[in-house]
Amino acid sequence: MRALNHWATLSRWVLCTPALLILLLAASGPLLIVLVYSFLSPGAYGGVVWQFSTEGWFRVFFSRDIFDGSVAPAQAHLQIFWRSVRLALLTTFFAALLGFPTAWFIATRPAGTRELWLFLVTIPFWTNLVIRTFAIQEVIRNQGLINSALLNSGLINQPIQMLYTDFAILVGMTYVFLPLMVLPLYASMEKLDGRLLEAAYDLYASRARVLWHVIVPLVKPGFIAGSILVFIPAIGAYVTPRILGGGRNLMLGNLIELQFGQGRNWPLGAALALTLLVIVLVALLIYIRLVMRDPERDHG
Amino acid sequence: MARRAFALNRLPGFTLIAFITFFLLYLPILTLVVFSFNAEASMSIWGGFSVDWYRAAFANRTVQEVSLRSLVIAVSAASVATTAATLAALATTRTPTFRGQTLIYALIHQPLMVPEIVTGVALLIFFAVIKVYTGYTGLAYLIAAHSAFCIPFAYLPIRARLQTMDITLERAAADLYATPLQTFRRITLPLLMPGILAGFMLAFVISLDTVVITEFVKSAGQDTLATYMLGQIRRAVTPEMYAISTLFLLLSILAVAVFFLLSRQRLG
Repeated sequence: MRALNHWATLSRWVLCTPALLILLLAASGPLLIVLVYSFLSPGAYGGVVWQFSTEGWFRVFFSRDIFDGSVAPAQAHLQIFWRSVRLALLTTFFAALLGFPTAWFIATRPAGTRELWLFLVTIPFWTNLVIRTFAIQEVIRNQGLINSALLNSGLINQPIQMLYTDFAILVGMTYVFLPLMVLPLYASMEKLDGRLLEAAYDLYASRARVLWHVIVPLVKPGFIAGSILVFIPAIGAYVTPRILGGGRNLMLGNLIELQFGQGRNWPLGAALALTLLVIVLVALLIYIRLVMRDPERDHG
Repeated sequence: MARRAFALNRLPGFTLIAFITFFLLYLPILTLVVFSFNAEASMSIWGGFSVDWYRAAFANRTVQEVSLRSLVIAVSAASVATTAATLAALATTRTPTFRGQTLIYALIHQPLMVPEIVTGVALLIFFAVIKVYTGYTGLAYLIAAHSAFCIPFAYLPIRARLQTMDITLERAAADLYATPLQTFRRITLPLLMPGILAGFMLAFVISLDTVVITEFVKSAGQDTLATYMLGQIRRAVTPEMYAISTLFLLLSILAVAVFFLLSRQRLG
């Protein structure tokens, strides 16, 4: 396509100005300030002192003994990093495990009813995150739906402790992010050419082989997109671990918030936030590489 | 995927898993709805149908206050975001490539890529500085933060609508000596309206849903319904919260239903 001349380009920029201004003021611009703050010294009551320091970044990975000043890896932080990555990956896995058959089910409905099923998947997604997480809490807590039902039926004598565990966070995140896996999977399944399945069956492929060698490779783009859409909010989750993890089972998001609250260490909080951003960017780069990869290679 | 005569599409167990998934998706939400009508404040005893918890929720001053604040922020942010997104969509859709287009795309979609907690931290720091300099601590910070966050959500349906619109109609209007403003008001805007309204609805729902950014940006006494609920869950859970949740759910579902109907509307 031909490029526009100066005036036409300028007029387009002018039209975009309100949006760009709001985004620069209240989204993109402040990110740069986070970078600056991560290199300052913490103030005694929160905030910062304008004095250059790499202590914030240092404290992300290492801790210093208060008495003899010896340096050791920050065990607590590394544990939280590991929990965040592990839970985000597990969430992605379980979302795919449930999401793949669900998307397939929707994609194979008659054209008229497909939109209705799709709508049913999206309704929970558009309802408030706090409420959905609250709902999970009410199902799994000790006096909740599951434990009440089990106790009433006499199957157990004591409630099973599910709330305030990593398991609870995993269940909650899978629940709240599942639609993000179903929608892109559905989009790529809908485009799938039915004749390819027919051809595979004509050549005596079993259902398992068709699934693994025909369907899965063809819907891979949807699967990759769904995975990134689930992984990013899961690794940065704050609300779900706060409600279902109960203060002890922190994830990165809660660790960051802690530095701006009780921790009163804004530079460390800023450095942790940027660390999270780097993890997300790495995930996005992997995503882009996977998408851009020569499609020929997949079938070779 | 239209052929269904020979069960090409059937994969054993998939339908079962799909039904289990749908069941799991709705079980927690329906639990809240059902027990919001329970006269007894318990999940093990059904004390009969009652709307007392709704009465309590409506009478609760704090709930009234935070609900109103949520609505004010959502309507303001959605209006700002939709206006800005409409202009941006007009500039970036149905156009030859121009200098800086990629940068504009990246900026518009940026809130979708960055975790909410990171944006929250960034805004906390930035607005803290501004609050010190200006002394102003009103709702504008929350509205600005929500507007920015909602722009990509408003932009996507508007852009989608624009892409399906035939540019020859506007060319014809211009050929008939309509001024650019007349063309916009009489041709472009009416055709684009369903997209704009869909974008508004989406932005509205997203603003109601935005909790992490709100939690970081709000000044004292600026709780929204979402941050209020987040705080309450920590304290004591009462069926009154089921009632509030149910009403909140209803509002979101209504907005999303309108969004779906609008974005399904075809040109013609």
